[in-house]
Amino acid sequence: MTIILGVLEEGLIYAIMALGVYITYKILDFPDLSVDGTFPMGAALTSTLILTGVHPVLTLLLTFLAGAAAGCCTGFIHVKLKVRDLLSGIIVMTALYSVNLRIADGKANQPIFNRDTIFENEFLTRIMPEGLTPYTVVILLFLIVILCKLLLDLYLKTRSGYLLRAVGDNETLVTSLAKDKGKVKIVGLAIANAFAALSGGIYCQQKGFFEITIGTGAIVIGLASVIIGTQLFRHFTAVKATTAVILGSILYKGCVSLAISLGMKANDLKLITAILFLLILVAGNLNGKKGRIHD
Amino acid sequence: MIELKHIEKYYNAGTVNEMCLFKDFNLTVHDQEFISVVGSNGSGKTSLLNLICGTLPLDDGKIVMNGNDITHMPEYKRQRLIGRVYQNPAMGTCPNMTILENMALADNKGKPFNLLPGTNRRRMDYYRTLLSTLGLGLEDKMSVKVGVLSGGQRQAMALLMSTMTPIEFLILDEHTAALDPKTADTIMMLTDKIVKEKKLTTIMVTHNLRYAVEYGNRLYMMHQGHAVLDKAGKEKESLNVDAILSQFNAISIECGN
Repeated sequence: MTIILGVLEEGLIYAIMALGVYITYKILDFPDLSVDGTFPMGAALTSTLILTGVHPVLTLLLTFLAGAAAGCCTGFIHVKLKVRDLLSGIIVMTALYSVNLRIADGKANQPIFNRDTIFENEFLTRIMPEGLTPYTVVILLFLIVILCKLLLDLYLKTRSGYLLRAVGDNETLVTSLAKDKGKVKIVGLAIANAFAALSGGIYCQQKGFFEITIGTGAIVIGLASVIIGTQLFRHFTAVKATTAVILGSILYKGCVSLAISLGMKANDLKLITAILFLLILVAGNLNGKKGRIHD
Repeated sequence: MIELKHIEKYYNAGTVNEMCLFKDFNLTVHDQEFISVVGSNGSGKTSLLNLICGTLPLDDGKIVMNGNDITHMPEYKRQRLIGRVYQNPAMGTCPNMTILENMALADNKGKPFNLLPGTNRRRMDYYRTLLSTLGLGLEDKMSVKVGVLSGGQRQAMALLMSTMTPIEFLILDEHTAALDPKTADTIMMLTDKIVKEKKLTTIMVTHNLRYAVEYGNRLYMMHQGHAVLDKAGKEKESLNVDAILSQFNAISIECGN
């Protein structure tokens, strides 16, 4: 039971980042590596803000905005300075490593144990019935993820959201609509990295610490979730892509946890992450080929 | 009115492969003129359209639209008054969005793309009526993704979308070239209807000499970056395909084709 809860908790936390990766990878068709920097940035900022006594909920909002700012940087480098998409992400990701250390007061590890977080505070202990206490974190995370998903779904149905989808689909059309496609891309990257930072912030509040290494491979986790989700549920038209991505994230964390319970060590985590991602990519390719023959 | 004044355009400038396309090129397109531009490959037809739309920067000269100098205006800003249909039917629509969403996108051109709902349900009937003028049955497939439509259907939609909002200029870049003859005829008739209804100033590049003769009120034949034939009004009406073809052959032989 604790294993399942753990999988759900991790899966839901990373699902928020996966929603962001869905925007860049699936909608914008932009391989955005800055996520590897914005995810730990969210955690670093959260730990520092909470230690200085900022309200945990306000902290979430601030991390979201900080992530958006970092996303704007990637967008600016790509669109205005005309650097290739992959390189823009790498530049921001690398720069953020140092920025994150500065945010966390020069520490590679900053614990926030015994501080109020969104998961542990007086209000929560007052309203939560005794029997549900073990599930508090999962319930809260579930609500946050659903809220993020619904907001994203809503956004994608606005005029601005239409333009975002159009720019990944057919850039020329956006120009024909007399809109600056560069600006639209920057907006997309901002939203994506805002989600990544928010996810990192929630990670920090739940685990109770910030660590500089948590960002390594974040993009792989995000991409794996997006690809698992969209591949598995592509024939279910009733399942929206955003829902599929969330389920993908939980499934992916389940696979990793399964691998560990089968005897892999915690130190092998990144290796497992990478190999699983590779398997998913290869499986996706095979699937695609089969599909084409049947067409 | 679009005026191109003393246009100079070089390709590969500063290298051994430098090629001069336009040298002191001048063209004035008057209001409500429908110019058909013909010419061999490499004569500068598409480059001409790209210069007007801002897709290509020019090396020297001036482009004036309705009296405003737009030489240095970015491409997307020029599109406020321009509608453009490309040779490739995929260029004018979003394949992963539905017909309804595509229509809504086009309908919002010139308006702010803010957080209002992307599709205004009250405009549905208007979109349906517009689509029904195509006679392709698209009005009953509003929630179908455009990617599954045929090239002809997509091109028809692209034409409709590019002329949906008030524009003044229509730029057609071989927009019937990728279509079968019958669909091409349909699209061409539709183009003519829209141009007349909306009183658009149109520049159409085409390889189809019959279309060039039948449609429009000015014919412009290009060769190596300049006009070898420019007939408007009555003079244009008296032209026939054979006359243009012989002229076309003359310039082609000169090139060695």
